[in-house]
Amino acid sequence: MSERITRAQIPISELTITPGSACQGCGAALAARLSFKALGPNVIRHGIPCCPDSVTQTPRVGTVFEGGGAQLTGTARALKAIGREDVLAVGFYGDGGTYDIGFQGLSAAAERNENIIVITKDNEAYMNTGNQRSGATPKYARTSTNPIGPRSRGKPRPKKNIPFIFAAHYVPYVGTASVGFPEDLIAKVTYMKTIKGFRMLIVQSPCPVGWRFDPAKTIEIARSSVQSGIWPLYEILDGKTFKLNYKPKELKPVTEYLSPQARFRHMTEDEIADIQETATANWENLLKADEMGRLTL
Amino acid sequence: MVEQKLMGLNGDEAVAYATKQVNPDIVAAYPITPQTIIVERFSEYFADREVDTEFVAVESEHSAMSSCVGASAAGARAFTATAANGLALMWEIVYIASSLRLPIVMAVVNRALSGPINIHNDHSDTMGARDSGWIQIYCENAQEVYDASIAAWRIAEHLKVQLPVMVCLDGFTLSHTMENVMTLPDDAVQKFVGERPFIEVEGHMGKGELRLNPEMPLTMGPLDLQDFYYEHKIHQVDAMEQALKYMKNVDAEWAKVSGRSYKYVEPYLMEDAEVALIGMGSMMGTVRHMVDELRAEGVKAGMIKLRLFRPFPVDAIKKAVGDIPVLGVIEKCISFGAPASPLMEELMTVYYHDKEKPMIANYVVGLGGRDVSPDMIREAYKSMAKIKKTGKVDKLSTYIGVRGD
Repeated sequence: MSERITRAQIPISELTITPGSACQGCGAALAARLSFKALGPNVIRHGIPCCPDSVTQTPRVGTVFEGGGAQLTGTARALKAIGREDVLAVGFYGDGGTYDIGFQGLSAAAERNENIIVITKDNEAYMNTGNQRSGATPKYARTSTNPIGPRSRGKPRPKKNIPFIFAAHYVPYVGTASVGFPEDLIAKVTYMKTIKGFRMLIVQSPCPVGWRFDPAKTIEIARSSVQSGIWPLYEILDGKTFKLNYKPKELKPVTEYLSPQARFRHMTEDEIADIQETATANWENLLKADEMGRLTL
Repeated sequence: MVEQKLMGLNGDEAVAYATKQVNPDIVAAYPITPQTIIVERFSEYFADREVDTEFVAVESEHSAMSSCVGASAAGARAFTATAANGLALMWEIVYIASSLRLPIVMAVVNRALSGPINIHNDHSDTMGARDSGWIQIYCENAQEVYDASIAAWRIAEHLKVQLPVMVCLDGFTLSHTMENVMTLPDDAVQKFVGERPFIEVEGHMGKGELRLNPEMPLTMGPLDLQDFYYEHKIHQVDAMEQALKYMKNVDAEWAKVSGRSYKYVEPYLMEDAEVALIGMGSMMGTVRHMVDELRAEGVKAGMIKLRLFRPFPVDAIKKAVGDIPVLGVIEKCISFGAPASPLMEELMTVYYHDKEKPMIANYVVGLGGRDVSPDMIREAYKSMAKIKKTGKVDKLSTYIGVRGD
């Protein structure tokens, strides 16, 4: 499990090169900046087309969405074969590459327990191509392929529970993180570096353009997502050991998270109640798992 | 020349055995008929500690080629094998491997592309990949498969080439047919392939090898738009030309070690031939047999076996063809809606501007593994004799051995 750190312990070193191609207030760019602070320079990074295409001072190869898991596998195995297991094979992917089109290759890499680190900057849609829905898009969110109209209330189905799906591969590490909680994110990446095998961190990364909010509010939105139980922060080891990393005494109402985002603006009271109910029920389940310290998958 | 051992191997086993002797850093493969024997044999070599290779039993061919790309980019020797739909599934990564100039070696056991589903041999799979930027070697027998599976590494990794290589062998006809194969000792193979060499490049951290390495960070395969993409494609054109030049040296070196000499284009009884077939793969053995039969009957028949399709050895082909009046192009592939099949089109292009050129006709045979019998070959020679007599090609493409007309 990760160990708590203070803000002062966040490494000063920067491995991302600015300015990148990111928009103002880009959560994903911040996810890259924080992750690579903790990863350090001894890394081969794999990137696939995603938004934004962060530039790091590490060697990098990039091909296609579907190739992520297998290509990273190739590099990890090559590093073993040439005697450079000290180098970390890291995939820094988007949610489409993790939840959807790249899922098969990643699932297979997880099943084989490849010695790789996968960090997913989850901005909940295909932002690179203009906010089309992905398997990571939450229920009711308006996207460019879920416009609001007489027969559409935004995305009709909930976001895939990808951390649990990967945990069900019984891999050494699956964690969730948020750019609103940088100490937690850094602590988790630091912990991942100390173990071997398949490690995955899903980082919720608000996108001002796609989610439609004031770019100054990225951190607030990221924090309210965690504080309202929409995006809880937890770790799952070997598909069984479970820990909630952030437990407020009381959850904030989901409206604090939903209201500032225009992608949810059309939602009715009933629809908001639906999200509130799901978030609360999910939170209670996680609290129970946290109490027992384990999951039954 | 080193002492060699005679082994009974089918084509797939010849690939697996040669690859075991090469001992690459990584093999990532997914089983598909008729390539499965390669994966199975190699798994046995791995299980018995006969190789140091990292063996990745991936979940698809897309992942097989992706793993090879990730490994090769990190500086490893990477091998995979596939057939037909497997090649089709890895399509986008096939192009990426050559574009990133990664010297991956892949055995393709030629099989008809679905649908309807068919597991037997034709060349529709690799002919479809002819524009992918890979070197393509086509084999006639298991011995050629063994030899090519070793020489391929030296060609791919040549510093002037740096391109991936497909070693193509006909499904079942070669992959599952036991033949006598002369094999070299492991150490002779190891010595021949040596260590993988790297191009030296200059980056912001100074000079270093072109591979992913945290001590000399560089980026491979980023966004490459209107400003440089075209130049990179021209580099691939140049690399193909270089391949044509340097493959000769590799083949000559292999001849020194193994005593077996190969050329891109192998003519047979062409000196005085009046009609000849040119083609690739296992069926060329049957063609050679028919040439002998026709010669015995007094027909001036000849043939040209083409071992290399990419890069296309234009000069060697023209030299082999000479001033023959009629050339027949025999192939196991159809390009639907095209005026002729791929090899035929290449040859027509090659000869278009020449004043002196043969009359060229296309004979399509053996799709979906349909047997290419001596009688079918005879039919092609008969058709060519008619072309010679009448002085004109009535039909660009003739489909031989198919029902209806």
